[in-house]
Amino acid sequence: MSASLIPGSAEPPASPLSAAPQQPQPTLTELFTAFAKISLSGFGGVLAWSRRMMVEERKWLTAEQFNETYALCSFLPGGNVLNFSVVFGARFGGVRGALVAVAGLMGPPLLLVLVIASIYARYGDLPPLRRALTGVAAAAAGLMIATVAKMAQPLFRNRAVIGPLIALATFVTIGIVQWPLPLALAVIVPVSIAAAMVRL
Amino acid sequence: MNSGSGQGSLLTLAGFFGVLSLFAIGGGNSAVPEMHRFAVEVQHWLSDRQFADSFALAQLTPGPNLIIVTLIGYHVAGILGALVATLAMCGPPAVFAFFVGGASERFRGKTWHTVLSRALVPVTIGLIAASAAVIVATTGYNWMSLVITVGTALTAYFVRVHPLWMFVAAAVIGMSGLL
Repeated sequence: MSASLIPGSAEPPASPLSAAPQQPQPTLTELFTAFAKISLSGFGGVLAWSRRMMVEERKWLTAEQFNETYALCSFLPGGNVLNFSVVFGARFGGVRGALVAVAGLMGPPLLLVLVIASIYARYGDLPPLRRALTGVAAAAAGLMIATVAKMAQPLFRNRAVIGPLIALATFVTIGIVQWPLPLALAVIVPVSIAAAMVRL
Repeated sequence: MNSGSGQGSLLTLAGFFGVLSLFAIGGGNSAVPEMHRFAVEVQHWLSDRQFADSFALAQLTPGPNLIIVTLIGYHVAGILGALVATLAMCGPPAVFAFFVGGASERFRGKTWHTVLSRALVPVTIGLIAASAAVIVATTGYNWMSLVITVGTALTAYFVRVHPLWMFVAAAVIGMSGLL
């Protein structure tokens, strides 16, 4: 039971996301502009920006509420920030709020990337541009390797074996042997969940 | 641009990304190997180089990383393909998040949270590592791009630098003809 369920209280339990009276509530327009701003200021992942906007600038969420919502969103399928925009938008404006937040998040980069795509369609074969893009792809691969190195550190604590093994199995089946993703996950995720339950 | 067989490729785009969206644990970048396998090797929608370029352009576009899907859709069927692919990649998880997000408060702080976190974090790590391997392979094992990859990895690991600066540096090195 959640601690917010006060026995005998006629009030509905305080949910982690329902705003306290002193917390400001966004309008639909504010939802749209907030997510558009988050989206356009974030390169290579928008987590840091969404935190800054939601918690520090607009104060729509406390730091704790933000962490809880974000933890939930990272377990849902799909992009974390997309899920976050849906959950957050729905909380303040139902279906319309969710749609507006997603439109704010995806609309501006969609338009921007279409402009980029049409430029690429015309000039993508120019050697300097090609080499520049190869450089960027190589750098992005390097960034992912650094992310993996940072994320993997906690796996090796307590001499745990199963976590690193699961990560390795995922890497080999998807990255080297190139199994279809649903097939690989259908094998690996149940094993990983079972192992996590055993260690509880 | 390869217009494919009109509505047939739009349906294939919608079906593929719609299903993929529900398997993309940890966001757009962890689904890169599956996108490469299907778009390049199964459907031949793009060449290896076009795939690597689309990946790079998506990295250079602000916003969620899954915007690479829009570029793949654009390659297959123009603006309509871009919209169909993007909607297919965002729709199913959004519907899922809408319903689960509302119900989740009741499960807050429960053991499922710990179990899922322990179970899915290593999978996500493996997926991102696989994405890096696929991108390194598609850029063609050129020694200079390997130097950029290793250099960026070390810089990002040890120093706090905004990714955009590393992309700019890599683009300049690439353009200078060293690649």
